[in-house]
Amino acid sequence: MGIIQPPVTRSVSRIKPRGQLEARLRNTREAAVTGVLFLCAAVSVVTTAAIVLTLLGETVSFFQDVSPIEFFTGTKWTPLFTPAQYGVLPLLAGTLLIAICAAVFAVPLGLITAIYLSEYAPRWLRAIIKPMLEIIAGIPTVVLGFFALTFIGPDIVKPLFGTSQIFSALAASLAVGIMIIPLISSLSEDAMSAVPLGLREGAYALGATKYEVARRVVVPAALSGIIASFILAVSRAVGETMIVAIAAGGTPNLTWNPLEAVETMTAYIVQISLGDTPQGSLEFRTIFAVGMTLFVMTLAMNIVSQYLLHKFREVYE
Amino acid sequence: MTISERAFHRRLFLRRGTALGFSIICITATLLAIAVLGVLLVQVASKGLDRVSWDFINSFPSRNAGDAGIKAALWGTLWMMAITAIVAVPIGLGAAIYLEEYAPRNWLTSVIQVNISNLAGVPSVVYGLLGLALFVRAIQLERSVLAGALTMALLVLPIIIIAAQESLRAVPNSIREAAYAVGASRSQMVFHQVVPAALPGVLTGVILALSRAIGETAPLITIGALLFVPFTPHSPFDKFTVLPIQIFNWTSRPQEAFQQNAAAGIIVLLAVLLTMNSVAIFLRNRFQANARG
Repeated sequence: MGIIQPPVTRSVSRIKPRGQLEARLRNTREAAVTGVLFLCAAVSVVTTAAIVLTLLGETVSFFQDVSPIEFFTGTKWTPLFTPAQYGVLPLLAGTLLIAICAAVFAVPLGLITAIYLSEYAPRWLRAIIKPMLEIIAGIPTVVLGFFALTFIGPDIVKPLFGTSQIFSALAASLAVGIMIIPLISSLSEDAMSAVPLGLREGAYALGATKYEVARRVVVPAALSGIIASFILAVSRAVGETMIVAIAAGGTPNLTWNPLEAVETMTAYIVQISLGDTPQGSLEFRTIFAVGMTLFVMTLAMNIVSQYLLHKFREVYE
Repeated sequence: MTISERAFHRRLFLRRGTALGFSIICITATLLAIAVLGVLLVQVASKGLDRVSWDFINSFPSRNAGDAGIKAALWGTLWMMAITAIVAVPIGLGAAIYLEEYAPRNWLTSVIQVNISNLAGVPSVVYGLLGLALFVRAIQLERSVLAGALTMALLVLPIIIIAAQESLRAVPNSIREAAYAVGASRSQMVFHQVVPAALPGVLTGVILALSRAIGETAPLITIGALLFVPFTPHSPFDKFTVLPIQIFNWTSRPQEAFQQNAAAGIIVLLAVLLTMNSVAIFLRNRFQANARG
């Protein structure tokens, strides 16, 4: 849809010609309004530039002291101890471990909820469930962190797996999973709702059951939108901070065992911000290097997700 | 019954069984998600409801869990939300108006648009790093309410812009054409006709964006909001704390009494959020009713 242009009034208003001064005033005012509005829109571009420049500047100065090879391949992250070691892999592994566990838990649940809402649920039930999912999506993450620490950890993970630890990657990732379920279900449902009704009707006319329509027709037709929602959800899980800062423990740990305590990149940034590390020191600059890694990871996932959504819209909208 | 008929019926039975089984799985999964919400609320209420009282709301934090309260945090949250709204709402609305009503269709516009979607996906803690480098250090606002609010404003800006764009897009073109037909200029058309028509939708988006900002913790910790603040801010340049940070602080202490305080703080926070969301849903429903009538 193009933007509607104002009609050219000069030649039309013959009855009472507009005064030249008035017309000029009007044009100036219009130009000023356009300029101010453009500046508002430009704030977002400036924000992005500022994020990139800030992270890049601090990261470059960090890499003058620590070699990128050590940063990306080192397996020990101990910037606050001597000898200080700056291998980001433990933090990266912690982040991925939590994101993957959360996805394993949330992707099937979110997808099935979406299928239910889009294909099965009667309208009145949708009207109840959707706002509830929105409420879950709106729960502050510090609250979910509290929930993970005081309930999921001691009352679910401990009895189920017989561990004795207070903190575990699993408890945190279950809470992260709760956080991303609404995201997956609402975006996937949007994608499924956009699948034309004719496709479903065709399948029903051939005698397919509801399940067959959902599995063989709707889900494949909405696949790129659904996958986009998965990627977006994983990206959200990677960037999630408070849940993991509270419930995952704070020990950089290169492990794939979800029952151990781990530290993620985001939780590390929080840990340093809370501590009394002097600003400007090498230890403090680590959070920008870690932040840059985080930013690049999530940005890449968001771009892929948007590309998929864009392709999906091209097909159906 | 021939063999092939029998096979058909067996297969039909299996297919119907699968369909039934799947619909049961669907309902269970959906209910599970809802049940989690229920468990969370019950869990928090059973821990913290006893602690919620006027004293709790009107006391400063204390070493003694029984005397501690959320006065400083609540005032900090109010200050921060007010400044965030003052900064983010006009800019967000302006950006949305520009993109929907003014922007030519060129590469710059699509760069801005793509950029806004990307910003919406940047982890909040990264905004905290930006706030730390830009507002706290470069502009030297220190760890003030203003620095926190500006950081938060940048964080919610994409949310406000996207919501406002959607409600501007929902305004029918006939309104724009009618305004031009009676000789309105573009800005008159936009500000006298289109924006008022889109206002309920914009307000809904603003409320939802602010309720996101109220619950955000990580960026404020990153810019260095304090954990223990026994005073309320009196100017935008004062140090501050907010409700989620106070909750985080109590959660991270091992004593049971502080955990109860955290739960009580969560109850207050959720009550505030629920009120804001109800207002947003109310506005949305009214808006939809108006649009239909």
